[in-house]
Amino acid sequence: MTSAGEGTVALHVSNLSVSFRIPGGVLPAVDGVSFELRHGETLGLVGESGSGKTLTSLAVLRLLETPPAQVTADVIMFEGRDLHRIGESEMSDLRGARLSMVFQEPMTSLNPLMTIGRQIDEPLIRHLGLSGAAARAQTVELLDRVGIPRPAEAARSYPHQLSGGMRQRVMIAIALACRPSVLIADEPTTALDVTIQAQILTLLRELQDEMGTAILLITHDLAVIAQTADRVAVMYAGRIVETGPVAELFARPLHPYTEGLLRSVPRIVRTPLATLPEIPGVVPAPGNLPDGCAFAARCDFADPTCHQQRPILAAQGPDREVACWHPRHG
Amino acid sequence: MVEPLLEVRGLRTHFPILSKVLRRRVGTVRAVDGVDLTVMPGEVLGIVGESGSGKTTAGKSILRLIEATAGSIAFEGREITGLSTAAMLPLRRRMQIVFQDPMSSLNPRMTVGRILSAPFEIHGVARGAQARGHVVDLLRLVGLPEEAVDRYPHEFSGGQRQRVGIARALALRPALIIGDEPVSALDVSIQAQIMNLLKRLQGELGLTYILISHNLGVVSHICDRVAVMYLGRIVESGPREALFFDAKHPYTEALLAAVPSPDPGARRRSVPLDGDIPSPANPPTGCAFHPRCPQAMARCAVEAPPPVMLAGGHSVACHLHPG
Repeated sequence: MTSAGEGTVALHVSNLSVSFRIPGGVLPAVDGVSFELRHGETLGLVGESGSGKTLTSLAVLRLLETPPAQVTADVIMFEGRDLHRIGESEMSDLRGARLSMVFQEPMTSLNPLMTIGRQIDEPLIRHLGLSGAAARAQTVELLDRVGIPRPAEAARSYPHQLSGGMRQRVMIAIALACRPSVLIADEPTTALDVTIQAQILTLLRELQDEMGTAILLITHDLAVIAQTADRVAVMYAGRIVETGPVAELFARPLHPYTEGLLRSVPRIVRTPLATLPEIPGVVPAPGNLPDGCAFAARCDFADPTCHQQRPILAAQGPDREVACWHPRHG
Repeated sequence: MVEPLLEVRGLRTHFPILSKVLRRRVGTVRAVDGVDLTVMPGEVLGIVGESGSGKTTAGKSILRLIEATAGSIAFEGREITGLSTAAMLPLRRRMQIVFQDPMSSLNPRMTVGRILSAPFEIHGVARGAQARGHVVDLLRLVGLPEEAVDRYPHEFSGGQRQRVGIARALALRPALIIGDEPVSALDVSIQAQIMNLLKRLQGELGLTYILISHNLGVVSHICDRVAVMYLGRIVESGPREALFFDAKHPYTEALLAAVPSPDPGARRRSVPLDGDIPSPANPPTGCAFHPRCPQAMARCAVEAPPPVMLAGGHSVACHLHPG
């Protein structure tokens, strides 16, 4: 299953924008985002708060309320269909079946009044047409597979009876129940302790290898990206500013923002630096973006061009893209 | 011989579990269960641990924001556990706290000027124009513009709000600041700014910090010594380098191995730890870590290991290291 179509495109997003209608105007939050997620790979979408990474994923899944949100896109291609244009019933047949998601806080995404088992049975019955008994048998198997001890018993328990790490395992079981071709994982380990995070990331990787699922991993944590992603897209102020294979992008970042971000992570080293390199200033507020590069005001290398003209995301060597007038390591 | 600024012995903070209707005590959460700490003036001590390890409760107990159940806390050579609220007041000037989320620890209805002049007024140091002068000095110290005085917390970014939280803690020139996850809610680029600020202030003002954090990268960057907590106890403590590069306790080793490296080439050193941290309401017998410990022996299930002093101020509580 893994080899089928590996390297070909599982999800193609082109020119996706999200804005919000607010009293007195329109607030752009995601601005012309394009990326490809390939079969079997993990693409890390990394950015700080407000960079638009979560809105991007919610727009792809069509989980944003419109209005107040307005979503536009040239195309969002998934398994031969344009997700931006298909009807709502077709979309909900795909969502949770072929295209699935895991969110940060499993306590708020699980139904507190339903047993764990029923919440996993549901997609199996709805999307795969299994009988109740067959679904439950598969549910128990899934719970066992995601590392829940005494799975038959756990299926009869409620979310609050499980720890945070166990709840996230349940979320993963629900998301992968129908063997989706694409999984969108939004900060799946951010609420978890580091030893539990390591367990969950290992589990996701194993399941991906088994099922060949492509994962769009959304996180603010560069270390999580370093350890799990194959390729990375870096977002800043609603736009993708750089993409590339993880090892190359971390070793030779092209965008000064990526470079600054990587340098400001505190590393566990024998002799720490006296001062940690910092990125001066703050992210510009949405609705208040400059005409030129959104990072220019914080950038050491900015010149008048950067302040006046916005750089577009363009190829820079094989499998690398950057939106910068003066790329680093270029 | 320099006297310790803070000496904590046998600190225990237990919380009762009450039954739903009759509010009878049906159990005890042993959040902090026998902690010893010595902090020298000018030192930065890191306390690390996962959720439920008791690190925050330990910090708040030391400041007497939560009453400890047992143990002694000596601050500047003076026992503070028995002191009345009135007797604590002058000491509160000397010990301050910075919280994780400045949005919930700053009053949203007060301007930054009022928030920062409150400590001067409460302690009768200054008021009116004089207090305002102090506030402007404080803002400058933490890198905020003077105009911040008339603005409200919501008008600031997360990093700027944390600067306000730090300024408030610094107002009365404390000797000790406890930072409870002071940079955890911040984005990485802003986190670096605040860490540098904390480090600079420590040098300039000769402060002593206890930094409570789950982020080992942050702790490794600014702490001189580190204590690792697990289920209410310190399982290992020592100088920064010994703890990060010569860890002795299997829990410390597992914790370090679980931290993802920000460098894609460096893959994990070992298999991640199994299972969850047990409940402090029902801790395992013997060494609390033994059910998850890859090297547990029969003895670990029955006998709690006492802390053993190794060379160079490194201490570990584990039967694998019997002194």
